[in-house]
Amino acid sequence: MVLKETRKGEMHPMTMAELQEKVCSILAENLSVPEGQVTPEARFQEDLDADSLDLVEAVLALEEEFGVTIPEDEMEGVRTVGQAINLVAQKLGVAA
Amino acid sequence: MRRVVVTGIGPVTPVGIGVEDFWEKLTSGHSGVSLISHFDAEGMPVRIAGEIHDFKPEDWLTPKEVKRTDRCVHFAIAAAKLAWKDAGEPTVDHARTGVMFSTGIGGLSSLLAQHKVLLEKGPDRVSPFMVPMLMPNASAGHVAMAFGFTGPNACITTACAAGAHAVGEAFRLIKYGLADVCIAGGTEASILPLTVAGFAQMQALSRNPDPAKASRPFDKHRDGFVLSEGAGAMVLEDADRAMARGARIYAEVAGYGASADAHHITAPEPEGLGAIQAMQAALEEAGESPEAIDYINAHGTSTQLNDAAETRAIKKALGDHAYKTAVSSTKSMTGHMLGAAGAVEAGVAALTIAQGTIAPTVNYETPDQVCDLDYVPNVARQAQVRLALSNAFGFGGHNVVIALRRFEG
Repeated sequence: MVLKETRKGEMHPMTMAELQEKVCSILAENLSVPEGQVTPEARFQEDLDADSLDLVEAVLALEEEFGVTIPEDEMEGVRTVGQAINLVAQKLGVAA
Repeated sequence: MRRVVVTGIGPVTPVGIGVEDFWEKLTSGHSGVSLISHFDAEGMPVRIAGEIHDFKPEDWLTPKEVKRTDRCVHFAIAAAKLAWKDAGEPTVDHARTGVMFSTGIGGLSSLLAQHKVLLEKGPDRVSPFMVPMLMPNASAGHVAMAFGFTGPNACITTACAAGAHAVGEAFRLIKYGLADVCIAGGTEASILPLTVAGFAQMQALSRNPDPAKASRPFDKHRDGFVLSEGAGAMVLEDADRAMARGARIYAEVAGYGASADAHHITAPEPEGLGAIQAMQAALEEAGESPEAIDYINAHGTSTQLNDAAETRAIKKALGDHAYKTAVSSTKSMTGHMLGAAGAVEAGVAALTIAQGTIAPTVNYETPDQVCDLDYVPNVARQAQVRLALSNAFGFGGHNVVIALRRFEG
């Protein structure tokens, strides 16, 4: 479970919405695309111009940020940002 | 056989960026050397370098390309785009347009950054872009991609002769009909603690603490070269094609001489035999006699060994005419851009012919009896230059000489 600090300084479990926002922001930064383009529906290759190497680099950034390990075989089949968000959520135990 | 002309020049140097800025500062004796700011040089044996400070890679590449490429590629793309614009952005057959882009070292800073990741975070954190960022041929590949040129493409990695090799090989591609147009260049971005330490351990770098005074080729008190970064590119073109489109022609590439010292991995052959052989080969291809040479842009690194051996070589290759020939080292202002130097300096030789101005050797104060030629000391000189040589010699014993001549249609 990932805790997130609220404005009042209290810790609470990260919600799916917060996770989604964080993942999208990391991907936007890593893939050098405007944040508005990185939505759960966005496809890495077609919509975000991310080739296979870009995707590996983006996964490294997610692993670094969330302290998780995402093996290559689990990334296979990940085509959209939403799928990547779900994968991270699953690793962190964030409820959908 | 076809004649080959220079129609575009793109310098990205510590002295200036773009032909106008660069040439104005180079002919006014402006030094591009400063205290190192790329990293904390406290405790380093040498704390000066020729850094480029006013360069924004975002002006030349997309934000994603900037992140996925080494600084040496940033310089290469900028130089190539500047040269292409300078050439008037000609319409070309992409399959007949080549790219020869060299470097001495390549993406070393990217390699080192990822090596740190490997040691600190493990193999699973190493970037998938490490290999394409470090490889020396990345610039040649990226320049081709930037323009869509699918003609012959390569990177010749011959240390400080690399940029000149690129110009020479591009010249041959056009001369023998394998391409119609080429972008030829060299790039380097290796001002790093490791390279400063390594070159300093070789006793190759100047220990002079005064940045603007440290690079002093042919001066008696020279004590080593100044490590620099930058890139240079030239657009070479089949002469008939250039004339047909009404291109502005700086000069003709008339000859290319290349040789090896076969003597020592870093020290020049003391009699300059390899350099003489390369100068003679360039003259022979140009169909010129030594007496026809008006100007030599010397390799002139500011090391004791190079400048003495190069002077000896010029005197043997040119005979008495050596004393009537203007010889200057623009490394006195740019510092030594390693693999970029030869490409930048071939551009200087072409500009000298086109502009009728010889850039000086600055910091020339005390004559040395083993360096007794006319080094165009300290101030630029107006002169009609018809035939110029650009010398470039590299660790490994590589010697390259490019002969440039005023183009007479």
